[in-house]
This record gives sequence, structure tokens and C-alpha cells, in this order.
Amino acid sequence: MLTTILLVTSLMLYFFLKVITTPPKPEPDSYTENDDEPDRQSPSR
Amino acid sequence: MSTNKESWGSRVGLILAMAGNAVGLGNFLRFPVQAVQNGGGAFIIPYLVCFLVMGIPLLWIEWSMGRFGGRFGHHSTPFIVDTMGKNRLWKYIGVFGIWTNIAVAAYYCYIESWTLSYTFHSIIGTFSGLDQEGVANFFGQYVSLGTSTLGIPYEPIVFYILCLLLNTWILSQGLASGVERVAKVGMPMLILFGLFLAFRGVTLTAGENGAINDSSVGLNFLWTPNFDQLWSPTVWLAAAGQIFFTLSVGMGTVHCYASYVRPKDDIALNAMSAGWMNEFVEVVLGAAILIPISIGYLGVERVSEMVQSGGLGLAFQTLPYLFYQWGDLLGALSGMMWFGLLFFAGITSSLAMGTPWIGFMQDEFNWGRKSAAWSFGLFVFLLGMPTVLFFKYGVFDEYDYWAGTVSLVVFALLETILFSWVFGINRGWREIISGADIQVPAFYKFIIKFVTPLLLLWVFLGSLFTPKGGDWGAAIAGNWVLDNSSIINKLKNVDLEQKLAAATDPEAIQVLENQIFFVNATRILLLAVWVALALLVYTAYKKRVREGRV
Repeated sequence: MLTTILLVTSLMLYFFLKVITTPPKPEPDSYTENDDEPDRQSPSR
Repeated sequence: MSTNKESWGSRVGLILAMAGNAVGLGNFLRFPVQAVQNGGGAFIIPYLVCFLVMGIPLLWIEWSMGRFGGRFGHHSTPFIVDTMGKNRLWKYIGVFGIWTNIAVAAYYCYIESWTLSYTFHSIIGTFSGLDQEGVANFFGQYVSLGTSTLGIPYEPIVFYILCLLLNTWILSQGLASGVERVAKVGMPMLILFGLFLAFRGVTLTAGENGAINDSSVGLNFLWTPNFDQLWSPTVWLAAAGQIFFTLSVGMGTVHCYASYVRPKDDIALNAMSAGWMNEFVEVVLGAAILIPISIGYLGVERVSEMVQSGGLGLAFQTLPYLFYQWGDLLGALSGMMWFGLLFFAGITSSLAMGTPWIGFMQDEFNWGRKSAAWSFGLFVFLLGMPTVLFFKYGVFDEYDYWAGTVSLVVFALLETILFSWVFGINRGWREIISGADIQVPAFYKFIIKFVTPLLLLWVFLGSLFTPKGGDWGAAIAGNWVLDNSSIINKLKNVDLEQKLAAATDPEAIQVLENQIFFVNATRILLLAVWVALALLVYTAYKKRVREGRV
């Protein structure tokens, strides 16, 4: 039981933290909230 | 041109919305019951194996199909699958991706309205002072549209309409401002409430507040592995089925959400994150509430009997009473959290069910978001009323069986064949790894091409020809008698016909005859809705031809 709970919790946290810590791709991307952030603009823009 | 210019606000918002789509009432009510009925801790082994070889592949398939279709401006399955297969019939297979959602939303919103109503009743203290029978009677009267404790005529219908209005209004606000915003509030609240109740569930002590067992008794009951059942096909079938329900795959909602992701953005990591978040809610939180608390107060034998009829009874007829063993304040608070948690789990899923229809009407008929959302609400209301009014005749169960069970397996099987064999695994694999923020293990290419379709085929055939009593040994030896739960015997109403043949009481005969009538009428209604949607897809196709878009 504990092995399963720890495994599932760790993998959930690992993937969610990976999402949060992965460097964003340059604009235009799929998400509107970051559209005005200067460091996320494509060099060509 | 389509009027659909929607997009997601943030990546975390998309993942929470996708996880919210997956996390539903089944995480808390179905999973623990399935585990108890199928070998306890041993169930978790086939369950996790099915998640790895069927759940994750299906998530990647559906996310990539959705993103691929979105590139061509499609946001619902009929024309998403149409872009992937040359045969014109594929778009009619895609009808399942709209039909399932409308039919499931029709009855799902009804249960969701119970959770809304029970949250309200918990807050105002309706269950305070009631004994267990009183709480159970409250539920019985509620679903049979009996006397309202609030003095509101037809209280369940009022809450059902309220719930539908809320869903429709949120959908009309759009993807980022409506669906995503609710997921950003609902999912953290759900996890918070779940953690609180799980903590209570695993810290019960016998002798305190009327508990007769420590929480370890309930946890052992749920988790002790019965390895004899590990190789039973019935258990593997149940595990595979649970993976379907819990991930909301085979519905068309994942495709729809993913269709708003741009081609260069990641889907592989997003799918894993949302998928594992759902597993956390199911395996860690879902397993720590319903069964441990019930066994803590009622004992193993009583709960074993109660779970035979599913988790709904325990959730609505028993837990509100048990919570009050912790005192009036904590009882009301726990009831509010339990039903609030179920409400958030429900609404984040029912909102997802609305988006394929809205995307379809926007893409194909240039409807505005608001008109499409309100038409969904009306459609669901009209289709849902029979489940409310004729609940006791099994209408609700018919919706759940055909739209919420069989349809998912059929659509998932066909879409997997389309993705792996028609579209081609090489192109499909490129879609999965395009823009990926994680290294997708290469062996998954083999799993997606061979293992997942075969497993799905086995699940489908196993459900179609389920042998009597799940005795696969006898069936394979040549004595293959169909179980009444098999799709074929369900279709032939064998169970009801047998009960009718055995009945002698005129009143019981009348009830069974009514039930058979309503069951058949429900199937005709569901089929008519499918045909109507297929005609709508045909009309959309003709419109595309006229406009030179094909």
C-alpha cells in the first residue's frame, strides 16, 4: 500500500514540477496569459 | 470561416482542466468499490499495468489526435478523425465523440446536482440529528421526487436545473475565462478537501466517537492483496474498465481540449502530468475516504454487503450520518467537504463534456460560443429529464451503460486502430514527440501499435461475450454460457426477462413490464440522438463541400 501511494504521489509531483520548471517556448504559443511577457517573445518578432 | 478563436490561458490551467476532466465521481465512488470487489491490493497490479499499457497510450493518442485536428481548425472528433483517415465514414465514427458527451452529461449532471444539493443540506445541518435510516430515507425520498425538506416542490429537479444553468453559464464564458478558471479553483479545492477527509479516514481509532474499528481495518480490507484473483480475466477486465472511466478516454473530450494546443507545443508531458494527477486523486485520496471511514463505523461485513450495489449508496446514504459521529460542527464541515469535493470532481468533468458540441457548432455552423453553450444546456436538459423522472425504471442505468460504458470502449478501439494502422504509427509517433518536453520511451511505439489495440479488442470482446459468473476457465473449455452482464444478454434484456418469468406477484410483474418498456424506449431514444447527430455531421460535410473546404 505504502509503495503504491509513494510511487503515485512521487510521479504526480515529478511530472507537475517538470511542467512548472520547463523553460517556456517562444511566442506565439498556445497560451494567452503570457502573451505580453517580454522574455517569452520570439527573436524574430 | 469558423467563429472559434478560443485558446487556453496558461499551461498549468490546461493541465488542471484536463485533470479535472479525468477526475470525476468515479475516482471516489467507483475505484474503491472496484478494488474491494476484485482482489483488494492485488487489483492495483492489473490496474497500474493497464494504466501503463492502455491509459497512457490512449492519452497520448487522444492528445495528439486533438492537436493534429486543431491545426486544420477542427475542435470535435467527427472532423478530427476525418482528417486522419481517407475513408469518408470515419467522421461518423467521430459522432461518438459528441454523442457520448451529451448522453453522459444528461445523467451525470443529475448526480452532480445531488452533490450540489447535499453540499447545501450539509451546510444548513439537514442531516444533524438524523439516524442512519433517516439519512437513507432522505436519499430515497429525494430520488423518487418525494417531499422536499426545504419546502421546494420537486427539489431534485430544481437543483438539476440550477446545476445545468451553472454549467451552461460557465461554458458560455469561454475556454480560458470559464472552463479553465473553474479548474484552477476547483482542482486545488478538491485536493484540499480530499486531503482533509483522507487524513480523517486514516486516523480513525476504535472506541473514539463511536468508531468500532481502527482505520487500519478498512485500509487492510481495501489493500490486502488476494493473489488468487491476480490472474483472473474478470479482474483484468475490471481494471481495464476502471482505467477507461477514470481517464475519460474514448469520449472525445481530450481531443477537444488538446485541439486548442499549437503544433509546436508539448503534449507528451502535459498528458503525463494530467494523467498522474488523476491517479493521485484516485489511488491516494479516493482509496482513503469512502471505505476506511465506512468500515471504521460499520464493520467489514456490513460494508462488504453495501458495496455490492456500488458506491453511490455509501456516499449518499451512509457517509452523511457517519460524519456526524465527529460532532455537529465537524460533521457539517466534513459533509460540506465531501459533497463539495464530489461537486468539483463532477463539474470539471461535465464542463469538458460540453466543449465538443460547442466546438462542433462553432466550427461547422459558425455559431457563437454563447449560443452553442446554451443549446448544449437545452439539449442536455431535454435528454436528462427522462433520467430524473423515470429514475426508478432504470433509465439512468441505461444511459450509463450504453453511453458511459460501451460507447467508450468502441470509440477508443476504433480511434486506436485509426491512429496506429490507418494514419500510421510512424506519423502518429511523430505527432506524439513533436514539441515534447520529455523523452517519450521508444518502446511505447510498439505498445501503441500492438499492445493497446489488442488489449482494447480484448476488453470489447470480453464485455460482449462475458461468460457466466466470469468463469473463463469453463468458457474456454467449451461451456460458454453468456453472463447476464454481457453486452449481448443486456441487449436481449435476459436478466429482466428471467425476473419476469419468475415473478408471481401481479404488482412485481407490472413493475418489471414497465421497466422493460422504459429500458427499450431509452435505447431507441439514445439511438435516435446518435442518428440525429450523424445527420448533423452529414449536413456539415455537405456545407463544407459547397464552400469548397473539402
